[in-house]
Amino acid sequence: MTDLQHPGATSATVDRPDPGADAATPPKAPRERRVRPDESPAGRYGPGFLVKLALMAVVDAFGAYVVWSAWVAESWVVLGAMVAMLAVANWVYFSRRTVPLKYVLPGLIFLFTFQIFTIAYTGWVAFTNYGDGHNSTKDDAISALLTQNERRVEGSPSLPLTVVTDGDALGFAVVRPDGTTAVGDADDALAPVEATVTEGRIAAVDGWEVLDRQEILERQGEVTNLRVPLSDDPNDGSVRTQDARTGYVFTPTLVYDEAADTMTDTTTGTVYTPNDEGQFEAADGSTLQVGWRVFVGFDNFTTAFSDSRYAGPFFQVVVWTFVFAFLSVATTFLLGMFLATVFNAPHLRGRKIYRTLLILPYAIPGFVAPLLWSGLLNRSFGFVNQVLLGGAAVPWLTDPWLAKFSIIAVNLWLGFPYMFLICTGALQSLPTDVLEAAKIDGAGRLRTWRSVTMPLLLVSTTPLLISSFAFNFNNFALIYMLTGGGPRFADASVPLGHTDILITMVYSVAGLDGSAPKNFGLASALSIVIFVIIATISAIAFKRTRSLEEIN
Amino acid sequence: MRRSILLASALVTTLALSACGGTDDTGEAPEGTTEESAAEETAAAGGALTVWVDETRQAAVEAAAEDFEAETGAEVELVLKPFEDIRADFVAQVPTGEGPDVTVGAHDWLGELITNGVVAPVELGDKAAEFEEVAVQAFTADEQVYGLPYAIENVALIRNTELADSAPATWDDAIAAGEKAGTKFPFLIQSDGENGDPYTYYPFQTSFGAPVFEQNADGSYSPELAMGGDAGEAYAQWLADQGEAGNLTIDTSYDIAVEAFANGESPFIVGGPWMLEQFADLDLAIDPVPAPGDEAAQPFVGVQGFYVSSQSENTLLANDFLVNYLSTEEAQTALFEAGGRPPALTAAADAASSDPIVAGFREVGAEAVPMPSIPEMGSVWAFWGVTEASIISGKAEPAEAWDKMISDIEGALGS
Repeated sequence: MTDLQHPGATSATVDRPDPGADAATPPKAPRERRVRPDESPAGRYGPGFLVKLALMAVVDAFGAYVVWSAWVAESWVVLGAMVAMLAVANWVYFSRRTVPLKYVLPGLIFLFTFQIFTIAYTGWVAFTNYGDGHNSTKDDAISALLTQNERRVEGSPSLPLTVVTDGDALGFAVVRPDGTTAVGDADDALAPVEATVTEGRIAAVDGWEVLDRQEILERQGEVTNLRVPLSDDPNDGSVRTQDARTGYVFTPTLVYDEAADTMTDTTTGTVYTPNDEGQFEAADGSTLQVGWRVFVGFDNFTTAFSDSRYAGPFFQVVVWTFVFAFLSVATTFLLGMFLATVFNAPHLRGRKIYRTLLILPYAIPGFVAPLLWSGLLNRSFGFVNQVLLGGAAVPWLTDPWLAKFSIIAVNLWLGFPYMFLICTGALQSLPTDVLEAAKIDGAGRLRTWRSVTMPLLLVSTTPLLISSFAFNFNNFALIYMLTGGGPRFADASVPLGHTDILITMVYSVAGLDGSAPKNFGLASALSIVIFVIIATISAIAFKRTRSLEEIN
Repeated sequence: MRRSILLASALVTTLALSACGGTDDTGEAPEGTTEESAAEETAAAGGALTVWVDETRQAAVEAAAEDFEAETGAEVELVLKPFEDIRADFVAQVPTGEGPDVTVGAHDWLGELITNGVVAPVELGDKAAEFEEVAVQAFTADEQVYGLPYAIENVALIRNTELADSAPATWDDAIAAGEKAGTKFPFLIQSDGENGDPYTYYPFQTSFGAPVFEQNADGSYSPELAMGGDAGEAYAQWLADQGEAGNLTIDTSYDIAVEAFANGESPFIVGGPWMLEQFADLDLAIDPVPAPGDEAAQPFVGVQGFYVSSQSENTLLANDFLVNYLSTEEAQTALFEAGGRPPALTAAADAASSDPIVAGFREVGAEAVPMPSIPEMGSVWAFWGVTEASIISGKAEPAEAWDKMISDIEGALGS
């Protein structure tokens, strides 16, 4: 098991920095230092210190608990990170020289656990072949292969079985179909023995002690792993049990040679050796079905761009992603700004009611609204066609162009209240003196709006427009819930459609929608590519914004 | 000052340790537990078994667990999860050691669970013969049985006896009867819009002799597509014709179709026992799906059952619970009453068949084929339904679209 894979343990570390500890202590430090510059704030055992002590005790108790859990779960990375964080936290909050750190430490820890760790983990997965068929470690794969390939000997009887012990080793005592009794253990094959049989099962046997249910359960790992040879010939198979009540004769069809690190198929004699892709492979290229995770370098990045089936649709998807993100921001912003300007008129009666009503779509969860709309826009039964258009059969979601239009329109409905809110806020904080100056200079309303209001509005809203662009670039929920990416490209050989954006394409390419074997490595690699695209666009846009600010 | 740091740290550590000791005493092990503490609990309570169930089967499994607890002194902890989450969570969590010992699941997950090495074989022994053959067959891969089946589900033709008094023998009979009934729809079958619904349409396809994959001698599937060629094209042509005639439409989603049938707007609907709740007021009969082609219309059978995790620390308990407690007639009947699907245990199924509706579904299911559980099936679903939908809606040329679908699936399987 991988340490990084421990959702329980990692999420536990997240809560560790107690914001209370931060709030209670740091503000005191500078003031006290002013009063008594020679004494440590920690050195004064006032009420503040006691509060800090109590809060840190809570933090440390929690931390120690996580460390202990990580120890038991053998999650060494989590354990190490936790110990380090605890040490740093204690040092920071009990030292006099770390005043600034006292403020930023909780933030830093949150940054580390929520951002850096997630990005690093995604980055790590991007270089592995984690996915279907490569789900776990090599040890797990070997044990899974061995259990899958132990076969019951055809036509062999089921043997009523009793678990016995000779004081140390475990053995099985069985009743054969012909009524004779036999006992054996891992080393000695089943041999006839005198035994008392009650209700078809051995109740007592000479030289062996019968284990009761409780004792069996205490040693259940041993019991299920025990193989008692049927005879001295290993090809006859051995008796094993899965429920400690009935035994069956099994033979392994796959044998693992630990020294050589090879798997051998006992029925055909084929030898499988581990290959670079994390699978056992035979000389003829056939592989065993369970593999394990290995590092594959940049393979995921190259396969993402080398599959010729994706070449055509990929270009269309990229173009539509940009168009969709841009149009979403543009339409929502324009409508939001227009409404904000209109409803900003001071003499309008019932302004508050209008504003509240306008914000309503914003209050509907982003997952529910697209689903709702997909129902409303259904071609034959949707409300829009049936009631509003009097029974017309407009293919809102199934015609390539109309589907794109519907996506933008629904996103407009969903998104304009947000733009309306921020524009209203920005308009209300415009300095009135500038507007008055414009009036005195004789500027008309339109001119004032174009030369004064609009630039000032843009200064405060552009960063939000950029983040809105980045959000819509990855607006998975809307696309997935409204059209599911459809309608499909008629000319493509991959399950992609006219309204698929990059992130929904990744979802399908990596098989997360079930249309192909799941490949988390590929999904991570592609999301990193998308991240780079958005980061670049945002960086350029922010740089532009700065120049805008300078002008003003 | 240094001393004060030391002093304070020591104080804090002491407090922390005592706090920690506190949790330890109450025995509240963290989620991410561990062999050691699990072993301790085992020793204390005669074994603890974690079972993932969904809401429908919770009560029934609970009842079986109670008997198990009473007889063996073991403890069964049921974890409630949405059914659709179980598959992915099981695959992701078993390798971390956080998965359950036993989970409820569907047989078509089997291929994925095996390639990921998260499921262990279950030896049913002589019990295997007590189950319906198709149920055990569905949970078998490469001659190993990987789960305990408990319910069988398949679609059939549900008929509103007030609107149609006899079972239609062929598709044309069904349409004629539907038109005679004068209802809004002559025949109802669901389709998830543009995504189609190849699962529900499958009996029509098999009647043209175009099963999805080649079947091996033992009934398991090999990843060789069998639905191409003339048979497949004939089916595609039929879809196009019926779509044009208005007998098939992709606009009737599950909800729309079920509601229309419940309102008496059609004498026929193709569906499964999961719909019956909405049809409580209607007089129903269950018939085989009318075949438009020359061969028998065989729907897919889905089998539900319980899987044992390959990383379970309690394999003994888990197998004991499945093979000796969940396979009893009582337990299987309880699961049937909870889920409404015919039981996989023959004795329980016979008992449940006193209800003509259950018997009807069972009869159709006896002729049906298990849904393929091989991992290749995922790639098939992605193209299959969309192609069928585009043919029905008249957007695509039937033969051409069908052939393209075959080559697309083969491309996806090859990659």
